[in-house]
Amino acid sequence: MEAEHIEIAEFIGRYPPFSFLPQDALYSVASAIEISYYRQGADVYCFGDEIHDFCFIRSGSVEIYRRNGHLYNRLSVGDVFGQLGLLMKNRVRLPARALEDSLIYFVPEALFNELCDNFDEFAYFVEVDDKRKLNKEVQQQQEDNALSSVKVGALIARAPVMISTQASVRQAAQIMTEESVSSLLIIEQITSFEDGGGERKKLVGILTDRDLRTRVVSQGIDLETPVTEVMTASPKTLDKETYVFEAMLMMLRFNLHHLPIIEHGSPIGVVAISDIVRHESKNSLYIVGLIHRQQTLAELALVANDVPACFVRMVGQESSAHMIGSAMSVIGRSFKQRLCELAEEKLGPPPVPYCFLALGSMARDEQLLITDQDNALILSDDYEAAKHGDYFESLAEFVSEGLDRCGYPYCSGRIMATNPRWRKTLSEWRTCFADWIDVPNPDALLNCSVFFDLEGVWGNVAWADDLYQFIVNRAQKTPKFLASLARNALLRTPPLGFFKEFVMEQDGAHRRTINLKRRGTAPLVDVIRVHALAIGSLARNSSERLEDVIESGILPDKRGQELKYALEYLAMVRIRHQAEDVESGEDVDNTIEPDKLSDIERRNLKEAFNVLSSSQRFLKYRYPFS
Amino acid sequence: MLTHQRRFSWLDYLQEQSINSQEPLLKCFYQSQLDFIQDKTLRSTEFVALDFETTGLCPEKDEIVSIGLVPFTLQRIKVAQAKHWLVRPQGQLSDESVVIHGITHSDLSQAPSLDKVLQSLLPELQGKIVVVHYQFIEREFLAQASARLMGEELIFPMIDTMAIEARWHRMGWRSELKRWFGVKQVSIRLADSRVRYGLPRYQMHSALTDAIATAELFQAQVRHRFSGEDYVSDIWQ
Repeated sequence: MEAEHIEIAEFIGRYPPFSFLPQDALYSVASAIEISYYRQGADVYCFGDEIHDFCFIRSGSVEIYRRNGHLYNRLSVGDVFGQLGLLMKNRVRLPARALEDSLIYFVPEALFNELCDNFDEFAYFVEVDDKRKLNKEVQQQQEDNALSSVKVGALIARAPVMISTQASVRQAAQIMTEESVSSLLIIEQITSFEDGGGERKKLVGILTDRDLRTRVVSQGIDLETPVTEVMTASPKTLDKETYVFEAMLMMLRFNLHHLPIIEHGSPIGVVAISDIVRHESKNSLYIVGLIHRQQTLAELALVANDVPACFVRMVGQESSAHMIGSAMSVIGRSFKQRLCELAEEKLGPPPVPYCFLALGSMARDEQLLITDQDNALILSDDYEAAKHGDYFESLAEFVSEGLDRCGYPYCSGRIMATNPRWRKTLSEWRTCFADWIDVPNPDALLNCSVFFDLEGVWGNVAWADDLYQFIVNRAQKTPKFLASLARNALLRTPPLGFFKEFVMEQDGAHRRTINLKRRGTAPLVDVIRVHALAIGSLARNSSERLEDVIESGILPDKRGQELKYALEYLAMVRIRHQAEDVESGEDVDNTIEPDKLSDIERRNLKEAFNVLSSSQRFLKYRYPFS
Repeated sequence: MLTHQRRFSWLDYLQEQSINSQEPLLKCFYQSQLDFIQDKTLRSTEFVALDFETTGLCPEKDEIVSIGLVPFTLQRIKVAQAKHWLVRPQGQLSDESVVIHGITHSDLSQAPSLDKVLQSLLPELQGKIVVVHYQFIEREFLAQASARLMGEELIFPMIDTMAIEARWHRMGWRSELKRWFGVKQVSIRLADSRVRYGLPRYQMHSALTDAIATAELFQAQVRHRFSGEDYVSDIWQ
């Protein structure tokens, strides 16, 4: 290495991913680069060009386009590009053009690969929008059965440290110190007669370091107090067969740091969030973390650029439709939460409590890539329009605009908190839903597929659960409503003709295509919702609803399993199609061209549509108009 | 210096030298330069940016202390093939130039002598067009050195990025008018010229950094002022 490349090494070392490299690696980059000057407006790469370098902007700025000519990203000094092309058979997918006179450093491919292999942080940084890591991970998965298929039981490092309900706080703290653990399980011995009088340990609570700090020390509580008084009673737990991924989602959702793991009803260990982070530090969790750290709308919008790549990665990891839908929903929810937080920072604390609602696919944990923002506000019953109206209007507008900039476009049906119609107090919402259920006119049912899936994401989220409980109770007891909802679920038919041939769109830009959402997943979700409300299930996710429905026994034999398969298959085809769009730089949509499918895929797809069709016929019979 | 008044032609000169030169290294070099005379376009040419650090401005009295070069084309500057030499001076090094170049006495006392360095340098320039910023330094110091060490002055065409800047900013009626009115002349120093093309300011100065900076400046000049189809022989000096 020539000492004189210090100038270059020093400069690139200030910017990620080069900032993650040690000094000697930086020097080897600095002495291997090539440099080129591009005049404003000049193409750095055109679509389909061969590419053999990873590019760094030394001065000027560069715009990255999608294949269809839409602007994808605008980069400036210190930014990098080209990694995607390097991994896609060395063909440029996203053309690049100099927006100003620019000086570009080119890092040769071989060196780039070496850096990715040797420096994890370097690799993580470029992986968010690159496929190389993905290929690698898929390979790895085949080799050592990784990520998505790992069960949470595998993360347990040691047997749980436990104490009986009779113990005092002091004893609890002592045993935690002796065992040097940050959480302690409180258990009860139960003699189980079913297992021939065997003993079973029943988990009744959990106590963490943090609890000792916040509930004991800072409150000045007597150390002889029974531990049961300061523990968290009936904590959330997971079965050891649950996927690591689901454990992660649960922790994110309920803000938990420790999760007891259960086998045959007894605790067998505790998994801490740090265990999971260590296990998979590089997936959707990473993006969620990023979202919560951004300080401005512009920064959030930048993070949003990474979401499609994260989606593609999960598809590559053969995650199930359910897992992908959940991850995308957690990401979408995080954007909402952070935007609400930023809105409150800007506008001051809310004058009365509120709850920001997610509606539709996000509430069902079934969000994919292109999705309108469907949202609404529940306001406290103390709300007074004259006094508080402006605040919530501004808040809704801030969040809605932010979501739009983060890739969740405005809802065309104006089902958004910015619409004064959808900012109601809790009692107004109750009255509203009661009206819809009692008098199910077509108008009321128009938006039922959006409104009847709701979830609180920010503020007083318990209200959302209360409201949903209210809706389910009332719907279940109103056969007329269920019948109307069932009628409504028949409006969108699967694209199958009389001879079981595909019926495709006849005109417009989508000629000879099938809209998988409109003709497949959406009507299926509608069917499942009717059954779920009928049996009083509180689940909102379609798979979970279906589980409840199957358990209730209202479906004929095997129909439930068929529906499950059809749901997963249709969702997966849709997901894969979106991932392909992302990878080829095309606009993401929900339409597929059956002509391009293989025979087997076509057959499976028809099979799935058939299941949908017969489930719709069953609805008519099961929920008749009286 | 060579001027048009003598109806000078690089073609004639190089042909003459390639026949008359007694020094094989130089002979070979002149021959390689002849290729450029006829029909080389900027796009099809390989260049090499060259920079010397010297103890002063007088070729007869001052010495070269370091040499940097980087080969490039209009498309890419090949930093991986860049070269840098320190040169052991024959005389004493003044403290002043140490400050300027950041090169210490002990660095230089370990360095090879100029005639060793020339043996390595010339093959690097062969088959390429040399690009410098302010040709006086590199051309005169090189001629002086070869005369002293090989008995023949080495002189060959170079592209001078400063001359290109001067052509744009120091000639023509606008510049004339400015001079009349006492308006300050546009600076054509390397760092200032680079700024006009949106090129970054480099913090450090060494023969190698300046060679890279010159190569970048030339790429920018061609993108703004010439076309890849222009002939090398139209812009060299």
